[in-house]
Amino acid sequence: MPTELSRREFSWVLGGPQGGGINASAEIYAKALSHGGLHVFANIEFHSNIMGKHSYYRVTAAPVPVHSHIDEIHMLVALDQESLFGDAPERKHYPSHTGHVHQLAPGGGVIYDADLKLDPAQFGRDDINLYPIPFFEVLEEALKQVGKGGQSRKYIVMRNTVALGASIGISGYDEELLFQAIRNEFKGRKAEAAEMNVAAVRAAAGYARSHFSAKPARRLAPVPEEQRKTRMLIKGFQAVGIAKLKAGLGMQTYYPISPATDESVYLEQKGPQYQCTVVQCEDEISSINMAIGAAHMGVRAATSTAGPGFALMSEGFGFAAITEAPGPVVFLWQRGGPSTGLPTRTEQADLQFALHPAHGDFPHIVVAPGDIDESFVDSFESFNWADRYQMPVVVLLEKFLASSMFTNDGIDMSKLKIDRGLVHQPEADGNGYRRHALTADGISPRTLPGMPGGIFSTTSDEHDPQGHITEGIENRIAMMRKRMAKLQTAAREIPAASKFTMHGPRQADLTLVGWGATKGAILDAMNELELDGRSVNFLQIRLMRPFPADAVAAILRNARLTVLIENNYSAQLGALIAEQTGVALDHHVLKYDGRPFSRNEIVEGVLAALSEQKKEVMVSHA
Amino acid sequence: MPEAAAAAPKKFALQQYKTEVHVDWCPGCGDFGILSSIQQALFQLQVPPYKVAMISGIGCSGKTPHYIDTYGLHTLHGRALPVATGAKLANNQLTVVAVGGDGDGYGIGAGYFVNSGRRNIDMTYIVFNNGVYGLTKGQASPTLAKGLKTKSMSEASIQEGINPIAVALGAGYTWIGRGYALDVKHLVSLIVQAINHKGTSFLDVFQTCPVYNDLRTKEWYAGEDLGRTRIRRLEADPGWDPVVKDPGSIDELVEKKTRALRASYETGDSLAVGVFYAVEMPTYDEQLAAKVPALKDHPLVDLPLYNRDVDPLFAELA
Repeated sequence: MPTELSRREFSWVLGGPQGGGINASAEIYAKALSHGGLHVFANIEFHSNIMGKHSYYRVTAAPVPVHSHIDEIHMLVALDQESLFGDAPERKHYPSHTGHVHQLAPGGGVIYDADLKLDPAQFGRDDINLYPIPFFEVLEEALKQVGKGGQSRKYIVMRNTVALGASIGISGYDEELLFQAIRNEFKGRKAEAAEMNVAAVRAAAGYARSHFSAKPARRLAPVPEEQRKTRMLIKGFQAVGIAKLKAGLGMQTYYPISPATDESVYLEQKGPQYQCTVVQCEDEISSINMAIGAAHMGVRAATSTAGPGFALMSEGFGFAAITEAPGPVVFLWQRGGPSTGLPTRTEQADLQFALHPAHGDFPHIVVAPGDIDESFVDSFESFNWADRYQMPVVVLLEKFLASSMFTNDGIDMSKLKIDRGLVHQPEADGNGYRRHALTADGISPRTLPGMPGGIFSTTSDEHDPQGHITEGIENRIAMMRKRMAKLQTAAREIPAASKFTMHGPRQADLTLVGWGATKGAILDAMNELELDGRSVNFLQIRLMRPFPADAVAAILRNARLTVLIENNYSAQLGALIAEQTGVALDHHVLKYDGRPFSRNEIVEGVLAALSEQKKEVMVSHA
Repeated sequence: MPEAAAAAPKKFALQQYKTEVHVDWCPGCGDFGILSSIQQALFQLQVPPYKVAMISGIGCSGKTPHYIDTYGLHTLHGRALPVATGAKLANNQLTVVAVGGDGDGYGIGAGYFVNSGRRNIDMTYIVFNNGVYGLTKGQASPTLAKGLKTKSMSEASIQEGINPIAVALGAGYTWIGRGYALDVKHLVSLIVQAINHKGTSFLDVFQTCPVYNDLRTKEWYAGEDLGRTRIRRLEADPGWDPVVKDPGSIDELVEKKTRALRASYETGDSLAVGVFYAVEMPTYDEQLAAKVPALKDHPLVDLPLYNRDVDPLFAELA
């Protein structure tokens, strides 16, 4: 018996060559679904390439909440032949992909260009519906209707809209909602383009309806108008960017790197109206040091990067820690490693790196949000922590979250408060101020340079309370203890709700353990795992340092059966849990093919681990 | 100097730019001359000590901020310029002076030396150039000329020495000078000009390392072997005019840069010091202020950034 979600969801894929405008088309489609009151989750896969290589956008929609994608496709819209069958014919060994036809659900539909003149036998399936649409001819027809006949070469990119229109015509969705989404996208000077695209949708939907009577097994309808809710469609990089502005970010530094750049570019666009500055640096060493310089001056500063850039930030990280800079907050958007690795793909393999970013012993905070709301809240709180505990903070994110789009009911900001930590109020003469004064909780009030009476000097060398170099033994011990005490203070003060979440019942037959953006797929998979009559809960860890060791140990020692789920090779959270609690989790379900978990992969991985009594199961369905 | 001006009371005494921290440089080190020159320049300019941020790299020169009673960040090897850039952009009302050695700036920090020239942040960068890595006991630094072997080296260098003035010209620095650590009076005047310059001023300073560089000694600079000093002041030439009058004129820019470049390649028996090149160009800070107008009158750190209404950004996504 399927879950309500799996009965009612609609999995749609638009595939085509990179640079061909599939993002814009898929996002317009996603908006049309969202405006129809549906919950939408959309994720994109693309190559590290500007133009030509295969990319695809998957939109999963349902009248009930959806946070993940499934392996199956109900409707495939292929803009080229490669999207159907992959690039295996050209690449005998290790093809990049094998196309999407084989992923179609029985009874699913595939829209493709009739001009490819494909023999239905080529598809190798008699359980799917083929919808060849002459893209060019339909486009020409549509252009004629808006007085631009004979110009289809010029507007060739609108083939995407034709495909979209055909898909709407066949799947039976409300065309008006798509028109509205198109008109919202093309406004003002682009209004003419809006009408051209609307005409293309009309022509394509009309063509599809008049030429094909066979309907795909699964179709999609908006929810009844009176039940529709206005939701935003938001991506991870936008949630983080907006959170930073809300948190009072003054300076963002960055060096271009996938998949972190989108966030910085977003801040470049939106920042100035909020008096936020963004500096593009010559490398990530410069990025982190510039942010540290700004943080020491009292400005909330951040830098965003991916693994290769974070590798360059190592020494700067230690510098921020030993000088007790109030930040920066480093946003680490993980991609497939090691080295250049898989620049545009996702992974969770930088957790141990984020926990050990530099040489020496020093305090820092690592937090790993699991979804849009958490990435907002954690990004915001990170600036409070950086100021309050005067240490660098890593917000650990994933490419998957950066570029995936989610419907969201609005982020609850009511509990978010700015906390700048202790700022010293100098006496008139300022004498005797000690920037690194020894205190019980490790926190010394900071001053804001430019402030009379607050003069201090600090250094990456070990230093005395006044910030001057010393190699004295007594001071060294006191300073190490002072700095590390801040971590204890942070552990004590950060609320439990920010550290971990137990989803589902307190006690269950099966406890799933995970972190980061696998959260969505795990939550959706829990319902399916419960169908066999077992109770399931999910321990999601968010705060990686300081680690909530006692609480996690207590939960895991009471758990009957544990399965760890991670998007990496070496079960890095598993290692952290074992290090911090002494608990070894029973099973690991791992995925390290550079792609996010589908719901099926989680369900099947967990079931395989349990039924085959395997310590470790690797999954890769795509 | 007229009597009245000389007697005008100064708000900040020279002593206020000095700390009580023990200076641990070797006796006779050229760094003392540079330290004293920076203190005197700040005193002459009467910049309030709390409005100064001294930012240094690593090495003997990196200790400078500890000896000057202003805000100070003693950073990482080669990274003083990015930190200084962040500090200045965070608080554009501070006088930001970055200092470091030649290994720090032209070796491990070369990328930041070049790229800081591109930005033209309103700050000053002073390099203590002694040809050796002193704190690690005298290895060749990027400025030590090919074929030279100091007493601490086992063999002569087979790498060419860098010409920092030439690099600075190519990188786009808008004020380029060179001084000599043991000519404090001249050096003070150069530092004053460098700080007064709007944009990034770059000042390379010949500095003696009496312990490890036995080739570039004060006797060598004084030209005891030649019977005349090796130091040549550019301004002693009445025809020397390093200031670009029309920054829009590519011809004038190239002409002034070419003359500076030629002077920078004087080596051996004649070493040019003084202002090599100066031009007024829009600073990075000014261009940021064009995007965020409030920065014209207030430093970023003072802007009201903590009560932003982000609802319009959410609305765009609905």
